Amino acid sequence: MSDEILLKVTDLRAKVEEKEILKGINLTVRPGEVHAIMGPNGSGKSTLSSVLAGNPAFTVTGGSVEFHGIDLLALPPEDRSHEGLFLSFQYPVEIPGVSMVNFMRAAVNAKREYFHEPALSAGDFLKLMRQKRAIVELDNKLASRSVNEGFSGGEKKRNEIFQMAVLEPRLSILDETDSGLDIDALRVVAGGVNQLKTSRNATIVITHYQRLLDYIKPDFVHVLYKGRIVRTGGPELALELEEKGYDWIKEENL
Amino acid sequence: MNALNQYTDLYEANRAAVDAGSAPVLNRLRPEALDALKRIGRLPDKSDEGFEKTSVNDMFAPDFGVNINRMSLPVDVASSFRCGVPNLSTLLGIMVNDRFMPTATLVGNLPQGVTVCSLAKAAAEQPALVERYYGTAARADNAGTALNTLLSQDGIFIHVGKGVRLDKAIQIVDIFHSAFPLMAARRVLVVAEDGAKVAVLKCDHTQTGSERCLASEVIEIFAGRGAEVEWYDIEESDGSTSRYSQLYARQEGGSSLTVCGSTLTNGVTRNEYHIDVCGEHTVTHLSGMAIGSSSQHIDNFSVLRHGACHGHSDQLFKYVLDERSTGAFEGSIEVCHGSRFVEAYQSNRNILASKDARMHSKPQLLIYNDDVKCSHGATTGQLDEKAMFYMQTRGIPREEARRMLMQAFMADVIDTIALEPLRDRLRHMVERRFAGEKAGCRDCGAGC
Repeated sequence: MSDEILLKVTDLRAKVEEKEILKGINLTVRPGEVHAIMGPNGSGKSTLSSVLAGNPAFTVTGGSVEFHGIDLLALPPEDRSHEGLFLSFQYPVEIPGVSMVNFMRAAVNAKREYFHEPALSAGDFLKLMRQKRAIVELDNKLASRSVNEGFSGGEKKRNEIFQMAVLEPRLSILDETDSGLDIDALRVVAGGVNQLKTSRNATIVITHYQRLLDYIKPDFVHVLYKGRIVRTGGPELALELEEKGYDWIKEENL
Repeated sequence: MNALNQYTDLYEANRAAVDAGSAPVLNRLRPEALDALKRIGRLPDKSDEGFEKTSVNDMFAPDFGVNINRMSLPVDVASSFRCGVPNLSTLLGIMVNDRFMPTATLVGNLPQGVTVCSLAKAAAEQPALVERYYGTAARADNAGTALNTLLSQDGIFIHVGKGVRLDKAIQIVDIFHSAFPLMAARRVLVVAEDGAKVAVLKCDHTQTGSERCLASEVIEIFAGRGAEVEWYDIEESDGSTSRYSQLYARQEGGSSLTVCGSTLTNGVTRNEYHIDVCGEHTVTHLSGMAIGSSSQHIDNFSVLRHGACHGHSDQLFKYVLDERSTGAFEGSIEVCHGSRFVEAYQSNRNILASKDARMHSKPQLLIYNDDVKCSHGATTGQLDEKAMFYMQTRGIPREEARRMLMQAFMADVIDTIALEPLRDRLRHMVERRFAGEKAGCRDCGAGC
């Protein structure tokens, strides 16, 4: 842990179409930390991750987000990625006709161009792919396939963590990474996340269930309800939620 | 304004010159074509069914010159041309405006049983052979075709004898080069006798600095029993070029035909594919790709007629239209009475990449029979915003994501091409086209 602040979200508000979903989010993340955001369906968890990543379907109506000193909300999604933000999608998108190899090469070289570095040579690129694939035990055969097309649920999530490993983000947001995973796949995915953890980067885990937190240990647990963080605690809060359900939170916040 | 009259008048005033610049077998069909044109009275325009978005009359209306007297060209365009399709060793023939020019590689390397030469030359030297096929697949009562028959003096003749399997592809490069507005009536006759195999790649170019050009093109393809014919057409012309291309193919029993037409850059283009399946147990692949930007207009029209049992056909046409470009597709499958056990599919999928681009799509099925499997479908939509956002979150800039998605969209059309080096090359050309570069001309000395 350090005094340095990686992400500072202040009174963030956002709407989709005319409906306000985020109603003033405050959140501070420091390097080395793992934050879990939990909450019932429709509380705004996925909206928060979409807004941070820059999804144009959402409109920010107030507040600010500072990412290692940069005004995150002023950047297009690709520059947020270059600056070190990574979103692992709840539903990774299938892109027929674009091979995994071309997709990753475009991603890696776009980042290098952003930092005025030359494109990777073919050999170095393949070496990088090989190294990072091993982290999530991703099959080499997937490289020649179209992005996520025909991948099983587990392969899609492993592919997300693989991309995270390649891009080496400073802050990763894992949106419902456990959904659609069986217990073995969950272990592999969580193992990948833990391997990539350092004292310099941070992770936000968005989840419904406590289950994932057995594998990825959070330092902080936040409960999101009706667009606000209504409670923050340590790992024990997740267990309490597991035991009591969300009704208890709902009653408190009537 | 009736655009047809200027051409029929021109012919009537110059009959002798037209005939003198051609061969008797070709000349023989001109009076009949003139009669047909007089009977029809005009070229199709937007009031005609099947031409809703493209007026052939308007394409032919400008005051184009026709090189009836076969004047030769001021520069040797042909010798400066280099092929832009690496790894594809072809037998190359060049057509400058409406004049065929064989190359040394072509003349010296034709195997036994294969003829590739000027149509007028073939008609003079082997009149019986040319006469057996010339004008027999093309519809004499079609205005565009009749006009081509009336005025075309030369073209290309490709003949592959019985059982001859040609491994090397034949490449025809059409080049427009003219200092004055020019109409060229081009004619292609491809005959694959029983059991023969041939692949033809045709590339259309217009040299920079040329005046307005119009190509009137009629292609007749005959696939004999058990023959395998591939016909690939790539248009990379420019905004000053109009093209009215009509392809007529006839398939005998057991034959297979692959046709793929790509429009990468152009002005106004209308491509027609009239395919007649006459024999049983045939396979037909017909596909097309259209990439539009600025004010390009691309119209593809198909009629695939199954006149025999056990035919299998697939049609796939895809468009990506950007800026103010417009596209049209009208395609039909016709399964004739008595043609049982036919499988015929058609798909037209389009992406409008800008607010101003427009697409007109009209798929049709005509089935006069039971025991067939047929389907058709058409979709027109925008680029997938979800995919674009996903790519952006991985750091791929929006413009690049757009390009990658547009290119990916064309992947399955390119996959219909059987010649692997051509497939690779076309993939590359499409990539460059979407990157905004003139696609295939970097290595080409013709300076188009």
